[in-house]
Amino acid sequence: MSSSSTAPANPLYFVPAQSHWPIITAIGLFLLMFGGGHLINHPDGLLKWSGLLGFLVIIWIFFGWFGAVVKESLSGLYSPQMDRSFRWGMRWFIFSEVMFFAAFFGALFYIRQLSIPWLGGDGAHQMTQILLWPDFVAHWPLINPPDEQAFAGPKAVIDPWHLPLVNTVLLLTSSITLTLAHHALKKGHRAQLASWLAITIGLGVLFLVIQAEEYIEAYTLLDLTLNSGVYGSTFFILTGFHGLHVTLGGIILLVMLIRIIKGHFTMQHHFGFEAAAWYWHFVDVVWLGLFLFVYVL
Amino acid sequence: MSHSSAQASAHSEHEHGQPAKGLTRWLYTTNHKDIGTLYLWFSFAMFLTGGCMALVIRSELFQPGLQLVQPEFFNQMTTLHGLIMVFGAVMPAFVGLANWMIPLMVGAPDMALPRMNNLSFWILPFAFAMLLSTLLMEGGGPNFGWTFYAPLSTTYAPPSVTFFIFSVHMMGISSIMGAINVVATTLNMRAPGMTMMKMPLFVWTWLITAFLLIAVMPVLAGVITMMLMDIHFGTSFFNAGGGGDPVLFQHLFWFFGHPEVYIMILPAFGIISHIVPTFSRKRLFGYASMVYATASIAFLSFIVWAHHMFTVGLPLAGELFFMYSTMLIAVPTGVKVFNWISTMFRGSLSFETPMLFAIGFIVLFTIGGFSGLMLAIAPADFQYHDTYFVVAHFHYVLVPGAIFSIIAGAYYWLPKWTGHMVDERLGRWHFWLSIIGVNLTFFPMHFLGLAGMPRRIPDYALQFADFNMIASIGGFLFGFSQLLFLYIVIKCIRSTDQAPDKPWEGAEGLEWQVPSPAPYHTFSTPPKVD
Repeated sequence: MSSSSTAPANPLYFVPAQSHWPIITAIGLFLLMFGGGHLINHPDGLLKWSGLLGFLVIIWIFFGWFGAVVKESLSGLYSPQMDRSFRWGMRWFIFSEVMFFAAFFGALFYIRQLSIPWLGGDGAHQMTQILLWPDFVAHWPLINPPDEQAFAGPKAVIDPWHLPLVNTVLLLTSSITLTLAHHALKKGHRAQLASWLAITIGLGVLFLVIQAEEYIEAYTLLDLTLNSGVYGSTFFILTGFHGLHVTLGGIILLVMLIRIIKGHFTMQHHFGFEAAAWYWHFVDVVWLGLFLFVYVL
Repeated sequence: MSHSSAQASAHSEHEHGQPAKGLTRWLYTTNHKDIGTLYLWFSFAMFLTGGCMALVIRSELFQPGLQLVQPEFFNQMTTLHGLIMVFGAVMPAFVGLANWMIPLMVGAPDMALPRMNNLSFWILPFAFAMLLSTLLMEGGGPNFGWTFYAPLSTTYAPPSVTFFIFSVHMMGISSIMGAINVVATTLNMRAPGMTMMKMPLFVWTWLITAFLLIAVMPVLAGVITMMLMDIHFGTSFFNAGGGGDPVLFQHLFWFFGHPEVYIMILPAFGIISHIVPTFSRKRLFGYASMVYATASIAFLSFIVWAHHMFTVGLPLAGELFFMYSTMLIAVPTGVKVFNWISTMFRGSLSFETPMLFAIGFIVLFTIGGFSGLMLAIAPADFQYHDTYFVVAHFHYVLVPGAIFSIIAGAYYWLPKWTGHMVDERLGRWHFWLSIIGVNLTFFPMHFLGLAGMPRRIPDYALQFADFNMIASIGGFLFGFSQLLFLYIVIKCIRSTDQAPDKPWEGAEGLEWQVPSPAPYHTFSTPPKVD
């Protein structure tokens, strides 16, 4: 049906009426980006505060816009076809996230397999080494960057079998507890559902705490920083963006927990929960790639 | 009802199927036709903005020596011209056409996610306002070319590069959301009976384009994030001193950039595949092969990116792989050109304005394709690289390619959008002025490039003077002809010459079964397709 208000009891497709939320989101995003730019370029100026304003606007959007969607869903406006649109939307959003991480993994593989060996004179690149940094010896993880004046290398790399291993176990367990929560939801065991979901969120928070501890150790004990050559660059950009995604996924799961406590979702209809679970599993899979290629290998 | 007050107030309008009054209609709209219109007007505004920058470039290059602008400003003009035309003119125009036509073509009441659709559009004016504001900043706007290679865009960039990065982030967010909407609409909103292989080709090509967008825009976001980190946070992704590699930037950029080129041409193939059959009064020759060819081009677009980088010192195996994979693209593209020509063969042709632009597209895009084949030959590319030959090549595929197809699509669907017929006589004038202008501008650039004139310079050696003068005259002719297009569109909107539901006798498809102009809400009940 063309609009919610004219929709009969069983609408064919829900097309929302006019909404002020998208334009507010666009303004919020602009303020955030504009303020972010000023924070970096003119940290002493006042315009950087527009970034904070934009951030607050976006928080407001999350409550307002998503709240409106939840209400529409609860009032039964969404047909099975609408449900499929949401599913396609979420799947392709996750695919876009996969490609975002693929860019950083691609950079990591290129640097490890090609640019570092070439700087060390591998293959046809002897002249590269002789002309640029004749003393540079190719190695990975990169402890001694070619230009050690500009980029002081780290003292050591992070041991994968301590904190990263704990984090791997935590995230893998959280995927299992989330699946248990999903099964409980499908069987209608609400108390079990809430407990398993709360445990999942707790594991996520614990993961982030340990990640923060790892960063502190990297900076204070290992001298592994953003400025310590390309090993630090790839390490922090991959684990950092992953950590941001864990944070976002944790917030999404927290919202799901609040909705469950409020009595939302039925045994049959709970796409919001499923989407959150898909996202959490995606974040988990990215971690496995990280653990393997950033820490272990 | 569970809506907020602002949404509830819009209900009364919606009950009559009428748009809301005033500015809020456009700010708050969830209607695919409104959003399509917004995209198309925004795109045209950006087309004129980027066009003015092109005319600054052509004015400076009218004669050798420095006349009008400083080299620094010239570099900002080439950079912003490219960015604005790619991200602000061509891409939004295709999204606008998708918004207007895909729901009509598949028999859907709207796009699958209408509020997100509104957001996709409204991010763009903010993003481009931010990008253009860099021109006024200390140190000037981006001056490193639209491909923003590191270290030009990192170590040696003006401070405004931060805002450039954030504005490109915003464009990327907009594109990804727009593409997700197209995919969800195409996969989920088709009328009963419309199987995938019955979908109109514009929908097919856009589905594949949307897949490319979702796959590569995040890579662009990743690469500009690495730039930001290198510039401001001390990382060394693109700095060999820390173990990184400036060439890595080029790999990542072109992994986005090459599919991006097809993002700007696949929907064009779709449009041409509608117009040619209509004015040939025949069915499209080889529908299935068109679908498979489009999918093949999309697949190949992911494995050819380094043909932009033949001169950076790739290993020999890389040069060979990327040379041959690039040449493979000629096969599915050739299938397409063959099909269009076979559609016209023994058809009962007529040459209304959309058909003129479509035929102009086929001929001139094919020239651009052939120069692309020349550039694909790695050893020859060492000669052509970074010369005006490259400029000629990609302007042939983008201007008489992508932009002609957009103009052709506009002439083809304007009767459906406005309910009025277009002034054919003026349309023909527009076509002939455009095609003469385009060829005068870009054909001499082939000779300039083969003779060795490098791209992106404000001054050149004397022997290039004559061809540059011709190109500049052609550039102004083409540019000002587009003002005629603006006049024609406004005249069409205000005209009283009522268009029938199906203004072109040979046209087929669901979009011609609704009245002209298309009512504000169409296909509230899905049509049956058999």
